This record gives sequence, structure tokens and C-alpha cells, in this order.
Amino acid sequence: MEQYRINPKQGMEFGIYTLGDHLANPETGERIPASQRLEEIVELAKLADEAGIDFFSVGESHQDYFTTQAHSVVLSAIAQATEKIKIASSSTIISTLDPVRVYEDFATVDLISKGRTEVIAGRASRVGNFDLLGYNLHDYEELYEEKFDLLLQINQNEVVNWNGQYRPALRNARVLPRPYHGSLPIWRAVGGHPSSAVKAGYSGVPIFLATLGGPVSIFQRTVDAYREALVEAGYDPAEFPVATAGFFHLAETTQQAQKEMYSYINEGMKKTNGRGFPKSNFAQGADRRNVMNIGSPQEIIEKMLYQHEMFGHQRYIAQMDFGGVPFSQLRRNIEQIATEVLPAIKKYTAEK
Amino acid sequence: MKIVGISGSIVGSKTKTAMSQTIQTLQERYPDADVTLIDLAEYEIQFSDGRNYLDYPGDTKYVTETMMEADALIIGTPIFQASIPGTLKNLFDLLPVDAFRDKVVSMVVTAGSAKHYLIAEQQLKPILGYMKAQVLQNYVFIEEQDFYRKEIVNDDVFFRIERLVEETMVLAETYQHMRQAEDEKYGF
Repeated sequence: MEQYRINPKQGMEFGIYTLGDHLANPETGERIPASQRLEEIVELAKLADEAGIDFFSVGESHQDYFTTQAHSVVLSAIAQATEKIKIASSSTIISTLDPVRVYEDFATVDLISKGRTEVIAGRASRVGNFDLLGYNLHDYEELYEEKFDLLLQINQNEVVNWNGQYRPALRNARVLPRPYHGSLPIWRAVGGHPSSAVKAGYSGVPIFLATLGGPVSIFQRTVDAYREALVEAGYDPAEFPVATAGFFHLAETTQQAQKEMYSYINEGMKKTNGRGFPKSNFAQGADRRNVMNIGSPQEIIEKMLYQHEMFGHQRYIAQMDFGGVPFSQLRRNIEQIATEVLPAIKKYTAEK
Repeated sequence: MKIVGISGSIVGSKTKTAMSQTIQTLQERYPDADVTLIDLAEYEIQFSDGRNYLDYPGDTKYVTETMMEADALIIGTPIFQASIPGTLKNLFDLLPVDAFRDKVVSMVVTAGSAKHYLIAEQQLKPILGYMKAQVLQNYVFIEEQDFYRKEIVNDDVFFRIERLVEETMVLAETYQHMRQAEDEKYGF
């Protein structure tokens, strides 16, 4: 766990992530300018830092309705604006980037942040980046596996010799600068299906598991499959952290929380994914057995502890800003996380 | 109410003729409906490669987006080699798995032989059901002998199309009311 800068004695980490979506507020129909959205993302990271939240990350999406395509640049601003909080990508689409350049960027952000930076590498659920950046969608799987592997090699070795299909070979290449602590925690972003988690297990890297909705027990299968693959490949699962990511919002009651959040998520998903979130599925999110953390603080604390019992994970990251949510609502969430959720989660999940 | 008709083949004339008649009937009887007919012969649509439908360019994006925005779809299909044509199957493959959730879908089938009557029942309906459509159980089945030089010549076919249009609209309106009433109960 130390390699990934996780200390189980301090309890499960709580983080916040944004995909950097740039959508109109469906309640008002107004969309803030991109400059304001970026400013608010940096401000949100600052508030999270001041509130004692452990982690903040920014995603990369090359589509309409997004504004953090250059996510490492945004992270650099966040590194400058914050003091203690860990910062990362969620995720870096390594398939269509040059791992050398990604490493240079993130090592630099790490130096600016004095060793607080991590990389979460993913494959993209939408694929506008392939055309835009000049890659063939037919290489979707292989591009990811090859480039992710190169990124890991650069992280482990200052001098790299490497041959592959999708990037010119590297001969005694020194990739600089080196990170603050010599290496970066690098995670694999995993969707719902266990196969990607199994690959992470075989290559001995920690996972970030995205969970939008549905039973905790279904996602647990993915976590179990990951740990089994680690064992099969000769690794010790106790050394590899698991993180989960999902929707989050707090209000006085669960009914109120759902009411405050539904239109943002439903309209936002229509725009960014082409399908809304059916009300019947969203309503089931209130159930304790469902991964969705939208409810009253007390209920969410209980749900998070249940999830921790099931997953045994080391970090949970909350998506609370999707779909044009106004900043005042985000500020209110941060305050309640700091005063109510965080102390309870830490208290009950810290390893003695 | 947005209604989209699909003529599911790029060859032949019977499905196009039947769908044009269906859409014309719909427009006459429901002048307020927002109706679009997509004849696949007029579009260049690429094969599905698994990406999100919003990520396709050109005609593929237009056709899939138009289908996704519909409240009800009337799908016209010929029968080729005892099945639906590949062009129509490709449309389904381009869309998300639950693409027809909260949509009513009905069918107009043309065929060279009465032997093909159950193809829609056994091959098209299961696909629509899997994609979460509210399927109108009755469909119009039109044979070779009902056409003469690209026109429908059997009066019964006109009556059957009229009933299909009416039943599609009744089901679509009823489903919308039902959905609305159910959604209001959630209180969010």
C-alpha cells in the first residue's frame, strides 16, 4: 500500500472527481462560460483541500460538452492552488496520447504539487479522441494495453528501452523530469465488466472502478475477480489498493437529495451519452444495497460503510458536479462532507 | 409526438411503397404529429463498430440520432433469405442495448411469399423486445401479389395500414400518459 501512498491506519480515503463536463444547468437552461467552469473546478479543489478531503481528480474527454480535454494543464493549476490534497487524472486516455509526454506532464505536476500527483489511465467510453488525435478505433484494445504498459515502464525506469507497434521505439531514452518521490502511483481505470479488472490484476496495478448505479454485490464480483487475478499472477492483494467512483449528493432527506440531483444527471447523460437515466433505476439508488451515494448524510455514511465492508476498498471518489450543478450546491456538499461524512467514515474504517 | 418511419432496405421497392403509404396515412389522420420517414436507400450508413452512436459521423449519426429522438417508430422491412435484411440489423447494432426504452415500435413487413409470415414474429420482435421496445403485437404483412408496379393494389392492405397507424398512435399516447403518471409518483 505504501507504494500507492495509502495508509490504511487513517481509514478509507474520500475524494472528489470531475469529468470536466460543461453542460447547461437544466433548471435554468444557462451554461456558464468555459472560463468560469474551469475556475470553479480549481475552486472546488481548493475547497476540498481546505475541508480535509483526501483526493481530487479531473477527467479527459474529447467531446462536445466537455472542457478539460487538456486535463494535465488543469491539474497543474490545481497543484499550484492547493496544499495537501492528492491530485490525479480520472482518467487520462492513454490510448491516444504519447506515454512519454504524459509522463513528462504528470511528473511536472507532481513536482509542482510536491509529490501529491497520481495517474489513472483509462480507455474512454466515448471515442471522439481517436479521430481527433489521429488513431484508428480498431486498435482500441491494443493501443491501450501497449501504451499503458509503456507508461508503467517509464515510471519504473529512468532510462527506457522499448519497442512497440504504436509508437517509435525508445533507445536509452531518459524521461525527465522524475517525480518528487521517484515514481508516481499509476492506476488502471475499470468499467463495469470484470475483464478489464482481471487484466489489471495480471499486470499488478491498482484499479479505479466506475460505478454509476446498480447493486454493490455486482460490482463486488469485479473487485473479487481483480484480487483473484492478482493472486494468480503472483501478487499479494494486500499490497494493491482498490478505489471506487460514483454519483454523490447530500441533502436533508434522500427524497430531497434525489430531487435535487435527478435532472442534472438525466439531462447530462442524454447529452454526453445519448441516453437518460431512467427514473425507476434512479429511484432504486436510494436502496442501501445500491452503489449510488445520493441521500441524507446519515444514510450515505451507512451506505459507504456497507460498500467498504463489501469491497474492502481504500478510496472512494464522489462525482457531484455532473450536468451543470450550480457551484453553491457543490459548496454545500463539501461543507457537509467535512463536518458529517468524513469524520464518521474515517472513524469506522481506520485499521487499528 | 415524434414518429419515425424506417424503410429498412436499400434495394427493391415494396417496403418503400408500403412505408410511404403508412406515413401518408399517419400524416392525414394525425396532422399534429412530427413525422419523419427514413428510407435507408437514401443514406450511406456504416457498419457498427461498437462505438457510442453519437460518435459516428454523417448519415450514420443523423439516422441513429433521429431514431433515438423518436417517441414511436414504425419499422418497414422486407424479408431476405428468411430473415430481416442486414441493413436493418445494422441499424439495431448501431444503437445502445436499451435504445427503444419508453418507445413504441410497430412493424410493416413485405415479402415475396406467404411462407415468410412468421419471420417478423420470430426474428424481429425478439430484437425489439431485447432493446426494451413497447412492441405493437399486430403487424402488417404484405405479399408480392398485393403490389403492381410499385403501388398497393389490395384494398385490404390500405385498411390494415390504417389500423396499424391508429393502434401505433393509441399505444404511443397511452404509453406516454402512463409513463408520465408513473414518473410523477417518484416525486423527483
